Amino acid sequence: MTGDMDGQTRRVYWVLLFAPLVLLAALYLFPLSRVLWLSVTVPSPGFGNFEQLVSSSAIQRVLWTTLRICVLTTALALLIGYAVAYAALHLRGWRGEALLFFVLLSFWLSVLIRAFAWLTLLQSRGIVNTWLMGAGLIDQPLTLIRNEFGVVLGMVHYMIPYAALPLYANMKGIDPRLVPAARGLGAGPVHAFLKVYLPMSTPGLISAGILTFIFSLGFYVTPALLGGGRTIMISEYIAVQINDTLNWGVGSMLATTLLLSIFAILAAMSLFVDLRRVFGVR
Amino acid sequence: MSESIRLDHLTKRYGGHLATDDVSLEIPAGRFVTLLGPSGSGKTTLLMMIAGFVRPTTGRIVVSGRDITDDPPERREFGMVFQGYALFPHLTVAENLAFPLKLRKMPRARIEQEVRRMLDTVHLPQLGGRYPRELSGGQQQRVALARALIFNPKVLLLDESLSALDKNLRAGLQEELRDLHARLGTTFVFVTHDQEEALSMSDEIVIVNHGRIVQSGAPRALYDRPRTRFVADFLGRANFVEGIVTASAGTAISYEAGGIPLRQAGPSDGPPVRPGDAILVGLRPEKLRLARDEPGGATNRTPAEIALVTFEGADHHVRLTTPLGPMQAVVPSDAAGPQPTRGDKVWLSWDADASVVLHDDR
Repeated sequence: MTGDMDGQTRRVYWVLLFAPLVLLAALYLFPLSRVLWLSVTVPSPGFGNFEQLVSSSAIQRVLWTTLRICVLTTALALLIGYAVAYAALHLRGWRGEALLFFVLLSFWLSVLIRAFAWLTLLQSRGIVNTWLMGAGLIDQPLTLIRNEFGVVLGMVHYMIPYAALPLYANMKGIDPRLVPAARGLGAGPVHAFLKVYLPMSTPGLISAGILTFIFSLGFYVTPALLGGGRTIMISEYIAVQINDTLNWGVGSMLATTLLLSIFAILAAMSLFVDLRRVFGVR
Repeated sequence: MSESIRLDHLTKRYGGHLATDDVSLEIPAGRFVTLLGPSGSGKTTLLMMIAGFVRPTTGRIVVSGRDITDDPPERREFGMVFQGYALFPHLTVAENLAFPLKLRKMPRARIEQEVRRMLDTVHLPQLGGRYPRELSGGQQQRVALARALIFNPKVLLLDESLSALDKNLRAGLQEELRDLHARLGTTFVFVTHDQEEALSMSDEIVIVNHGRIVQSGAPRALYDRPRTRFVADFLGRANFVEGIVTASAGTAISYEAGGIPLRQAGPSDGPPVRPGDAILVGLRPEKLRLARDEPGGATNRTPAEIALVTFEGADHHVRLTTPLGPMQAVVPSDAAGPQPTRGDKVWLSWDADASVVLHDDR
């Protein structure tokens, strides 16, 4: 491509390439390297902060909670996203498009608004509990927030589009005659799905899974609001370390750990799948 | 092993649209039957109902005396070759072929043996380990055929199976398909919009239009004695002469078109005609004779001027303007004398029994 350019065009080309790179380096890479630096220098040089990963039970509890919630969220978002994507593709006429529209619609709502909406619905004197008690189904309000249930609910709700859209793109590429072909050869509907449709949609499940899981790891607003300080995930813990206890060393250590874990996951996944394809570069 | 199929007043309605309109058809066991029609004629819907992928709105499907209308496709034991082949991309050729056998709980050693035998049958003995995307179109077609036949289905259904292939490959596969049919004796139901394919392959052709069967019969009979303008036009090339009857005696009809007296003889399925009636006569281009001078003694003749000549190898296809309207003729390209040329003034003639009376369904 560059071979056809004259000198003038080529200079413009390089400027356009470098300007955003310089901006990224200044505003993103520099602060990030500062965080990495802090994690091994504050309060004293060395890996003292990282030792807390194995020694501090509070940190371990936060890590374990984060992992559990993220796995659960990813699994549920994939399950629901799969159903949504499948339905959007197979519903006849306008119904599929309408479904897809509502999935996209939730993209436009801020995560904060959605968390507050869930609070209104789920708090002890919220709509759900009031209705259930009014109907005589329960005597005491159910604890629907300030616990993992609320956090997972809010996160799954947020993640469904991120799971559904890669799956939809993947399923769109599956020849719609494959399942009928399997049925014609003698496979029942369940068998045809398991042996033909599911393997064909596995690449979509993997991309959607990576996207959802990595996204969930860094979730802050939803767990902070719906967890109500009781269910604490790593992002909230980091924020507390830095904003409240001014424990910059531990905060930046955890941020570094989060970053490295994501790289590790991506590296591990790249052994099995083509990541460039997962992220749509190819 | 092969079975007969009877369609009994089948109707399929999509909203207000009738995709299949009260179709009854008998497909005898072991026959090669082609459903032929233009796109949107409802031939594929018909096939999908036989296969079990589309439920008829009303009517029954009976296979060798057993009503299968409510059976799901996996219980029908029909092999099907889809348009675009529908090979499983995540499985190798051998695994594709093994798929229906595994479902039938065949022991592994038997499966391997059957797969190898079937790959030999379709002339692809070396390709079991390949994935479908690594095969050419013709090879994929053969694999799809092998997969549909490997479990000894009662009936083989083929949906526009050869349409995507280039011409030479298609001719080769047509012969293979006929050869396979002759060897296996399975009932074949083939859907196509390609009239040449239908003519060359089938024992019987069923012509479908607007969701109905227009006419059915052996290829030769359909070609020689079409009943309607649609059939004559769709199956091969045809000239149409619209005239007014001047006299009729039994099957011999005298009529007049463009001021020229013409005669038509031969069997007719239509109602008897009386003088003064409008008549539509169909005439195959190869039945027309082309001459420089007025042919004396010919029953039917008209002056004509050549408008266009197309060289087609063995023949010339000639378009002419005549007092009867535009006509087309096919003349052998190795005929003696000067070649037909645009602008030539010539004479067309034909025998009284070369034409057929058609019902005008336009």
